[in-house]
Amino acid sequence: MSLTVSNITKTFTKFAALSNVTFEAEPGEFLALLGPSGSGKTTLLRLLAGLDQPDSGAIAFDGEDFLQLNARERRIGMVFQSYALFRHMTVADNIAFGLTVRPGKERPSKSQIKAKVDSLLKLIQLEDLGKRFPAQLSGGQRQRVALARALAIEPRILLLDEPFGALDALVRKDLRRWLRRIHDETGVTTVFVTHDQEEALDLADRVVVLKEGRIEQIGKPLELYRDPSSAFVFEFLGANNQAAGTLRGSSVDFGGFSVPAIVKGAADGTAVARFRPFDTQVSRSGPGFPVKVLSVLPAGANLRLELQGADGQVYETQHAHDQETSDLKAGDTVNLLPTKVYVFA
Amino acid sequence: MRARPAEAPKAAGAIGLSLVAVFWLGLIILLPLVTVLFEASKGGIEPFLAAVAEPDTIAAIQLTLLVAAIAVPLNAVFGIAAAWCVTRFEFRGKGLLLTIIDLPFTISPVIAGLVWMLLFGAQGWFGAWLRLNDIHIVFALPGLVLATILVTFPFVARELIPLMNDQGTDEEVAARTLGARGWDIFFRITLPNIKWALLYGVLLCTARAMGEFGAVSVVSGHIRGQTNTLPLQIEILYNQYESVAAFACASILAGLALITLLLKSVLEWRFAGELAANRRH
Repeated sequence: MSLTVSNITKTFTKFAALSNVTFEAEPGEFLALLGPSGSGKTTLLRLLAGLDQPDSGAIAFDGEDFLQLNARERRIGMVFQSYALFRHMTVADNIAFGLTVRPGKERPSKSQIKAKVDSLLKLIQLEDLGKRFPAQLSGGQRQRVALARALAIEPRILLLDEPFGALDALVRKDLRRWLRRIHDETGVTTVFVTHDQEEALDLADRVVVLKEGRIEQIGKPLELYRDPSSAFVFEFLGANNQAAGTLRGSSVDFGGFSVPAIVKGAADGTAVARFRPFDTQVSRSGPGFPVKVLSVLPAGANLRLELQGADGQVYETQHAHDQETSDLKAGDTVNLLPTKVYVFA
Repeated sequence: MRARPAEAPKAAGAIGLSLVAVFWLGLIILLPLVTVLFEASKGGIEPFLAAVAEPDTIAAIQLTLLVAAIAVPLNAVFGIAAAWCVTRFEFRGKGLLLTIIDLPFTISPVIAGLVWMLLFGAQGWFGAWLRLNDIHIVFALPGLVLATILVTFPFVARELIPLMNDQGTDEEVAARTLGARGWDIFFRITLPNIKWALLYGVLLCTARAMGEFGAVSVVSGHIRGQTNTLPLQIEILYNQYESVAAFACASILAGLALITLLLKSVLEWRFAGELAANRRH
């Protein structure tokens, strides 16, 4: 029971939306398609749903050729970014739609449908709102109704297009946990599209990173984070800094001091070293390049600094609140020492 | 955005503008309407009833309603099809199609009538063949219906296109992924979402169909009691100086229009909540 996507290519009038995309989703897996806008992730989702046809390649589920089936026959639950709730129907009728629309002999009885709707309303914690219309719900509630409607047909795969895109930050975080719990309860294979790396890393079992219609890397969140295969993935997954240095073997020499490097296919010589804000130290007299403190942001679990090098390059760093950093203020000059850098080809 | 009703000077301005609008409406719309009713009732109720009971007039009323009853449903179906086509698909020549839909609004109704004469008239392209097969189109019911359809075509389509553009295809696509087939999607998703705009378009179309003069005048042939619709009957009566009868017919025509308007208002009032919900979502 798994979803296999092999060598999918899809071209729109002028540009290639997807080229040679291949990946697999294990049964019950929660898979994220992560990429910036224009990376082809929504196109991919539409192909999985049967709303578009690829130019070439294959999509199979559980050994069955999906490309031979239309959207209706694939029995895929899809949650749209806009939710696409039926505005003239009540919440309960929305959820029941996939069942009531079935032809006579396949359609469950009225009482079966009602029982199903009731259990789904309970699952999404909106038991009392079955008679409301979509316009009378909040964004988060609509989102949950859209999910219940998709789950009602007992889908083989659940597809979610930017499921939290239209919600504010607080609701988003809440729904994220909740969605993960629903997934764990129902066990349905789920593919969701997002441009938010935090969301993908937080929620998914595995993440497929897309860039300009190609797969950049596939992996578990921690693998991607620890072992990014390219500068693109490294940069896309979080805040980062760059500094020029010279790569020698497995360390980068910054002229006077050198730092251990994780090297991805780069040859020795002049290189751009990338590092995370928290893989740094600042000191008044230790090794590092001299930087001027632009601003000090002390609020939060970490102290955050904005620094500027002699060449004008701006760095963003994070540190524990400690002796060394407690009396820093804007205008000070300190030495910035990266403790771990990445060098990509 | 609804502006907050502001300070007194602004309110005074609003009242002034409203008065101008009311005065203008009264002058341009209500005055003629009152005149019609006044002229029709000048001789008292007896001549009014006599004029209306005239067989030719009754025939004209029946014909008008019959033409509308055929033309309006056809235009509703074609209007939905055209709006569907324009809002659900991208294709070459879409702009051209939109222009063609608007064409009846821009060309003179007389031309709309002449077109059918050129095609189906005695000297027209198909005239000889039609005569040979004893089929009557112009100077008969089919011609009246064709002319009316042509003139009133844009009403339904024009109401639906902006709404359907606005609503987009998301709900229909969602219905498809949930297993709905083509007609299920249309009857359970599309139609309920457009029903108010459709109804509104149909009512406007009906009002216009009943009142159409120019196009119908060309293809009618003015055979009394047979091919005269109510507007044509009014003209004939008026030209014969039968002014009470003419205004009696005119007041019936105005009455039909008012009923249409009333129907629309009642529906809007009755379903105000649902209308608002439809727009908000």
